[in-house]
Amino acid sequence: MIDLHGYGPRLAEGALITVELAVLSLVLAILLGLITASAKMSRSRTAHAIGTLYTTIIRGVPDLVLMMLLFFGGQIGINAITDQLYARFGWDIFINVNEFVAGVITIGLIFGAYMGETFRGAFLAVDSGQIEAGRAYGMGPWLVFRRIRFPQMMRHAIPGLSNNWMVLLKTTALVSVIGLSDMVRVAAEASKATREPFTFMIIVAAVYLLIASVSEWAFARLQKRYDVGFGEVK
Amino acid sequence: MEALTSRLEALLADNSIFTLQTLGYYGEGLVTTVQLVFLSLVIGLVAAVPLAIGRGSRHRWISLPIFLYCYVFRGTPLLVQLYLIYYGVVFVEGIQDTWLWVILEKPFVPALIAFTLNTAAYTTEIFRGAIKATARGEIEAARAYGMSDRLMLRRIVLPSAFRRALPAYGNEVIFMLHASAIASVVTIMDLTGAARFVYARFYAPFDAFLFVAAIYLCLTFAILYFFRWLERRLLAHLKPAGG
Repeated sequence: MIDLHGYGPRLAEGALITVELAVLSLVLAILLGLITASAKMSRSRTAHAIGTLYTTIIRGVPDLVLMMLLFFGGQIGINAITDQLYARFGWDIFINVNEFVAGVITIGLIFGAYMGETFRGAFLAVDSGQIEAGRAYGMGPWLVFRRIRFPQMMRHAIPGLSNNWMVLLKTTALVSVIGLSDMVRVAAEASKATREPFTFMIIVAAVYLLIASVSEWAFARLQKRYDVGFGEVK
Repeated sequence: MEALTSRLEALLADNSIFTLQTLGYYGEGLVTTVQLVFLSLVIGLVAAVPLAIGRGSRHRWISLPIFLYCYVFRGTPLLVQLYLIYYGVVFVEGIQDTWLWVILEKPFVPALIAFTLNTAAYTTEIFRGAIKATARGEIEAARAYGMSDRLMLRRIVLPSAFRRALPAYGNEVIFMLHASAIASVVTIMDLTGAARFVYARFYAPFDAFLFVAAIYLCLTFAILYFFRWLERRLLAHLKPAGG
């Protein structure tokens, strides 16, 4: 067997952190993506402008720079706000930015922009006759969204969604740089301490490949589910 | 030049963070980032063409290794690949006694190797898709003219595949620019490295990182517009008539 020099349990914990981080960021990214897509498709010019600004800036700046900006700047920004609250109202609040939360917020924020583009395209691909039919049934906008637009949109969004997820998964490796003990950081520490970088890095790479393969399979099943009622084009 | 420097100095006089010295760090960082990205993209592009052709080969002993290479390098984070090469290169038997050690000792070359291997894998897949999408009629026409496989590849398949690959390749170039920020993790003073240095020295995250974000944004737009211009020129024949 491979000798892990006792780093096995920590590596496993790190892998768990990676998965948790990725899943929570995905949830946040999907929510932000739906909001962004709605903003970009809305008739309000301000909402459209804000949505466009958000997606343009986020997609034009490296993930690592955004992460450092939010992580290092976030604490200073929050401190400035809490100081103000104390000075004005006498509220004594202390909020400490924890690496995990900062990681989830940053990655969610970054991929919210990508998801927004994916969802926008998918929403536009839904036949407008479907939405009109829903309205004709007397459904309100929320019900139309829940019963008609969302399920039909997902069929078009899944390829993009699956792509974004794969990139998101790999982006989680960057949190090791801001100090979170994910599996990449544990492996980097172990590599330096034991002087066996190949052992640890190859294990980490294999875990990433495993997660990617499992999710590929899961997305294929999801696609099949949302494709119900549509013949597969061969 | 001297007049320019003194004017800049006057302009920055009441600024404690963006002095000529720190701007110099950003400038050097910009040069390093551009070098790293440009070199890895060029080498990756040159390697990707034969790899993409081999990936579609009928012989499995050619196509399978290329498929595995692409799968592994596209499926794992660039940071892991960088660590593997950066930390791993020291342990290659006897490498420290050869002339290679002089260049491998600095982090630039390991980073360049990691970036090149990564972008070559992505570019191979992009070209592979473009080659596969070649219209059947074009291939049949080439065959009907009696072209050999090689001639057909050179005259028909590759030129049209390159054009089709252009939009996706433009994205890959931007992706590579953004990915290069990772170089700062292995102590390379690229743009992000300069920003981290300024942050650490003045404890001013907003100034340090917003400034570098603006530079990256400008670079991204420059690449975007360059590829749009290239697409307009090279894909002109695909535009709808009268548009």
